Amino acid sequence: MNLDFTQVIPSLPFILQGIGVTLSIVAVALLFGFVLGVFLSLLKIGKYKTLRFLADAYTSIFRGTPLVLQLMIFYYGLPQLIEMDVPAYLAAVLTFGLNSAAYVSEIIRAGIEAVDEGQKEAAMALGIPYSEMMKDVILPQAMKNILPALMNEFITLTKESAIVTVIGVMDIMRRAYIVGGDLYLYLEPLIVAGMIYYALVMGLTLLGKRLERRLRHSD
Amino acid sequence: MINVKNLDKSFGDARVLKDISTTIEKGEVVTVIGPSGSGKSTFLRCLNKLEDPSGGSVVVDGKDIMDPNTNINDVREQIGMVFQHFHLFPHMSVLDNLAYAPTKVKGLSKADAEARAQDLLQKVGLSDKAEQYPSRLSGGQKQRVAIARALAMEPDTMLFDEPTSALDPEMVKEVLDVMKSLADTGMTMVIVTHEMGFAREVADRVLFLDEGRLVEDAPPATFFSQPESERAQDFLAKIL
Ligand SMILES: Nc1ncnc2c1ncn2[C@@H]1O[C@H](COP(=O)(O)OP(=O)(O)OP(=O)(O)O)[C@@H](O)[C@H]1O
Ligand SMILES: [Mg+2]
Repeated sequence: MNLDFTQVIPSLPFILQGIGVTLSIVAVALLFGFVLGVFLSLLKIGKYKTLRFLADAYTSIFRGTPLVLQLMIFYYGLPQLIEMDVPAYLAAVLTFGLNSAAYVSEIIRAGIEAVDEGQKEAAMALGIPYSEMMKDVILPQAMKNILPALMNEFITLTKESAIVTVIGVMDIMRRAYIVGGDLYLYLEPLIVAGMIYYALVMGLTLLGKRLERRLRHSD
Repeated sequence: MINVKNLDKSFGDARVLKDISTTIEKGEVVTVIGPSGSGKSTFLRCLNKLEDPSGGSVVVDGKDIMDPNTNINDVREQIGMVFQHFHLFPHMSVLDNLAYAPTKVKGLSKADAEARAQDLLQKVGLSDKAEQYPSRLSGGQKQRVAIARALAMEPDTMLFDEPTSALDPEMVKEVLDVMKSLADTGMTMVIVTHEMGFAREVADRVLFLDEGRLVEDAPPATFFSQPESERAQDFLAKIL
């Protein structure tokens, strides 16, 4: 076995540029997923049965089908409906955003439900309206449980984002694959990609640990 | 004034409150006594609609809490509540715990709400704890803060659900003292308690609940010396 990384070196900048693409997909998707996830979680704990059912069904569908299938549906399938091409980047962000909303809504619902019921009762007894109670009393406390789990979702998303390569988005994965094709040398660029992903995940893990420590500090 | 008429409450098949009628006059101090599971907490929680009554009516100063046109938050504004386990907001300082609801609900300015909060903290003897977080307080201090938090809304009536039951014995007195001085100011109070000495001394009236029924409704002198029902006699024999 002989690995030859010297040939990959000229292509390193090309591969490294994928970090921005990967991170931007993940960040936008997570932000989008968070906003939608908060909304869905509020429906899930709300008093309207139909809305609760719809939010649960949404979660169930996105968690119950393969991510790569969802991605292909948005990239190849959606244009058929709207009679307009969907750019690969947009399809990627949309899929990951909608998908992570399903997971995030579960994370937030669980975080809210972990807050002592007495907090809600104390706020109600003071005459505080529901929306204010959620915003000022329940959610700030739920965040303690939510943030670490959210960080995990961030990490998972970073790794899973590699599948956008199947619709041609120029992320880390895709670039490594292209370099491999050019050089007729696959293992080395793939190892490089692997190292980049690993470094990203480790960086995020560290960040998460720090965040957790800060949160515990404020107790 | 709180008018309770034929109040019924069921959880599923379990009928927890049965046909309770009583009136709590302005300025009255009423204690609610009874065995565990007799419905004391549920009764109290029906008064500010933390539990939805299943039947009958609860009218607070002319406002029927069951009427869909009644804004329950208007009623709750007038009724403070103190819980066995305090339920202070752990992410807010003591001062913010007191100032939060008056700014949100009554539209007080932050400065006014904080001034009022400081004033109340002084009354419950905790001026020096304003900047602390609840986790740093002892049980007795927490409960005094909880009382002050409810008072910050300037309610007409205060509900207490076993306010001293979760406290170490040496802290019971400091909380009861605050409640006594509150009673002296003429506050209307409904207190679920196991503190018979307190009930005897401070209450104008004792309600005795047993298995969801209001079995006795009498002044403490009468209730403690000559209870009518066998259930109350048994109960008193056990605890006194
Ligand atoms: N949310 C609920 N769901 C179902 N049953 C309930 C609920 N809350 C109370 N109960 C039941 O109603 C009955 C009365 O409860 P409640 O808490 O009012 O009693 P209590 O007199 O306050 O007792 P304790 O002295 O133990 O506090 C009990 O049998 C209890 O199990
Ligand atoms: Mg109780």
